Amino acid sequence: MSGDPRDELVDHLPALRAFALSLTRNGAVADDMVQDTLVKAWSKISTFEAGTNMRAWLFTILRNTYYSNRRKAGREVSDAEGIFTESLSEKPAHDGRLQLADFRRAFVKLTDEQREALILVGAQGFSYEDAAETCGVAVGTIKSRVNRARARLTELLNLDEHEGLEMTDQATMAVVTGARPAAR
Amino acid sequence: MGHTRRKDKETEVIDENLRRVYQDMLDEKVPDRFLDLIAQLRSQEDPSSGGEAQ
Repeated sequence: MSGDPRDELVDHLPALRAFALSLTRNGAVADDMVQDTLVKAWSKISTFEAGTNMRAWLFTILRNTYYSNRRKAGREVSDAEGIFTESLSEKPAHDGRLQLADFRRAFVKLTDEQREALILVGAQGFSYEDAAETCGVAVGTIKSRVNRARARLTELLNLDEHEGLEMTDQATMAVVTGARPAAR
Repeated sequence: MGHTRRKDKETEVIDENLRRVYQDMLDEKVPDRFLDLIAQLRSQEDPSSGGEAQ
């Protein structure tokens, strides 16, 4: 535990990239942001409190970089429908089931703040408190962003009209595990 | 009664799909450029601060 906390950086790289990609929706921009974050983290390591959540600390640096770039650019980083969805495209739905590609298309339509809150809480498993600290907002703000993000996805995916949801848990599991094509 | 169950179901479907999308991103191989960058940052450290031997 007494080692250099910077030795831990490498363990957080996959999560840092995933978070960057969720925010930017663009692989090249995401990787540039990860690079900036690493350089900043390296030089600011003395501000990291040993024993606290390093991942949250790194995410904070990354998101601050992102929002400050967005402000400078005076617009949202575009390509919302770009690489993020295309690189992982799948066969179109043929049986009305929710497809992962549909989910991605809906996900990129959320606001940056909604995507970020939902990823931190829903996917990364941060507590509302850690997510709030990472984003520099109140816990209630995170909760409401997560709720609005889920409501918006429900609407975009027509989940409220999705008959499958009225069906058995088996049907839900089919949606959730989404039969992927067998590895070739 | 059905309403809450329905909401729970929607949340469940969304979160499961979210986790799958996120997991796909986590499973991507980390490009060498980041490992190279860390190695480079480390090598630029003042050697007098020690820690090189680790």
